Amino acid sequence: MFYRENGQFKSSYSSDQAIFPIAQDRAFVIGILLVAFCGVPFFINEYWANAILIPLLVYALAGLGLNILTGYCGQVSLGTGAFMAVGAYASFKLVGFFPEVNYLILIFVSGLVTAAVGVVFGLPSLRIKGFYLAVATLAAQFFLIWLFNKVGWFYDHSPTGMITVRPIDFFGVRVTGPEATPAAKYLFTLTIIATLTLTAKNIVRGRVGRSWMAIRDMDIAAELIGIKPLQAKLSAFAVSSFYIGVAGALYFGVYLGSVEPLEAFDINQSFYVLFIIIIGGLGSILGAFLGAAFIVLLPILMKNLMVGGFGVASGTAGHVEILLLGALIIFFLIVEPHGLARLWQIAKEKLRLWPFPH
Amino acid sequence: MAFDLFLLEVVISGLMTGVMYSLVALGFVLIFKASGVFNFAQGVLALFAALALYDFLAEDGWFFAVFGFTLPVWLAIPATALIMIFLAWVIERAVLRFLVKQEEIILFMATIGLAFVLEGLGDLLFGSDVKPLDIGIPQGASDLLLDNFNLYVEKLEIVAAATAAVLVTALAIFFQKTRVGRALRAVADDHQAALSVGISLNKIWVIVWSVSGIVALVAGIMWGSKSGVQFSLSLIALKALPVLILGGFTSVPGAIVGGLIIGVGEKLAEVYVGPLVGGAIENWFAYVLALGFLLFRPQGLFGERIIERV
Repeated sequence: MFYRENGQFKSSYSSDQAIFPIAQDRAFVIGILLVAFCGVPFFINEYWANAILIPLLVYALAGLGLNILTGYCGQVSLGTGAFMAVGAYASFKLVGFFPEVNYLILIFVSGLVTAAVGVVFGLPSLRIKGFYLAVATLAAQFFLIWLFNKVGWFYDHSPTGMITVRPIDFFGVRVTGPEATPAAKYLFTLTIIATLTLTAKNIVRGRVGRSWMAIRDMDIAAELIGIKPLQAKLSAFAVSSFYIGVAGALYFGVYLGSVEPLEAFDINQSFYVLFIIIIGGLGSILGAFLGAAFIVLLPILMKNLMVGGFGVASGTAGHVEILLLGALIIFFLIVEPHGLARLWQIAKEKLRLWPFPH
Repeated sequence: MAFDLFLLEVVISGLMTGVMYSLVALGFVLIFKASGVFNFAQGVLALFAALALYDFLAEDGWFFAVFGFTLPVWLAIPATALIMIFLAWVIERAVLRFLVKQEEIILFMATIGLAFVLEGLGDLLFGSDVKPLDIGIPQGASDLLLDNFNLYVEKLEIVAAATAAVLVTALAIFFQKTRVGRALRAVADDHQAALSVGISLNKIWVIVWSVSGIVALVAGIMWGSKSGVQFSLSLIALKALPVLILGGFTSVPGAIVGGLIIGVGEKLAEVYVGPLVGGAIENWFAYVLALGFLLFRPQGLFGERIIERV
């Protein structure tokens, strides 16, 4: 009864093409955005920003990027960690070269750099499909990380091999480094992510997105109806890498502050992002956020429960944590292989009928 | 002449390393062939097998703590094999059974989840320190080859190569001649048709996971004897992946030949290209090599021809 669309007629083209045609959806999303932009910044503290909200947003963005490639275009990639690294190193070098230029523009350019790299590593997808492609993207993963670790130019020859973010002001407000306030970091990240999410939503329901989905469903059939696989696949790689690159730049600049490529961007990072989209739901924008929430919050919750609640030693807790994480992933795949986004959809279906069973 | 000998040594050492990769890749191929599951947990299975074997042999293990004695090697290996079979049964019961008919990527993610579970379980049960695994495989350089041909070849690698040869022959006989082997091939060919002639998929899955568990045990023994039983053992799965795409996901000979090519290519590149670019290229070189091959043969060297229909 709370959620129903009857009585809401579409009487113009623009209302027909609205992102959220149903008033309740619209209200819900606007409500969440209001809370996120106007409510949370007043209450946010260091812990909430650095341990929960910023990683959640950054991972959601990376998930969104991978979802474009894997969920919408059907190309499985295990190179996400490396593409995040490309974004991070590109932003690091760009800030070094052009300290006066607006940080937002530099992040945008880092995304473009990552998109270019993504297209190069996406080229094999024209010949290789399925798991062969997934393993081939591992070539990107290992090669790029090796490159960043080996060539001194990328990390400005720092003796530790790490890159550390410079303090950057965005319109007079410090957004990176230890002096930045949690609220500033959070709002900066949130603004970028909200904008990019809106863009992604519009890309995937437009012409380009539909060509991706056609390729995903069956590439030969898509080719027969006039979709160029070259354009569709490479554009998916480009857009996806752009998102992942921006996520990498934020991951490095705003979230961590200093990174070491072998640890921060290793293959586990690629798996985490893949988990996010599988658990959240393939081919769903909402899924990337739900999956990111799951993957970011679950370990924190388990750690707090075990170390704080039951007094398990933190070493043992680490092992139990990874065990439980694996078990929960399997559990979720068995219970709902279409992800949390599907659960949300089912919940909405139920709400439409509530309180009546049929 | 000295240079040629060095080259030969590099090639032989590459071939031997390649055999070790093949051992891991074999487990992948078996499971992929029979169930279409891309089993990422294969490396962790090898680690788990090696840990369990170590536990039977060492005096600081659970087995010693409970029973007060350790098993001799010839008994410990079958015992570990039994554990791997039990594990296969549990995996089928708890995971695979519920995921029949799911998309490949879902099954793939499930095996990554499985890898996490086994990794955590292995650490919890057996501890995460490096354990030396000594089951009496001779170590060091082979004196015979060193004296007569002046070649430096590790004994362990010769044993590994011989074991791999025996294993592959045994698997080939198992697949071609036995009833179960025929059923396995039928399932690999067509799930539906196999079901309709009365082959139980669940049983087949248990069998195939057991077989690749035992292959993982062999790989775990070899790698464990070489570099000790530790967490990094599970990372050999990542080494086996380029072998897989090179040889083709569905081909047993492909896994062997792919392993040899990758092994030799990697060693040659390490020796001749590595110094030029600053070394440590073995992490990615295999992938690039495999990728190069794939551009010409998208289904791998021995993979089944991909026929696409609308």
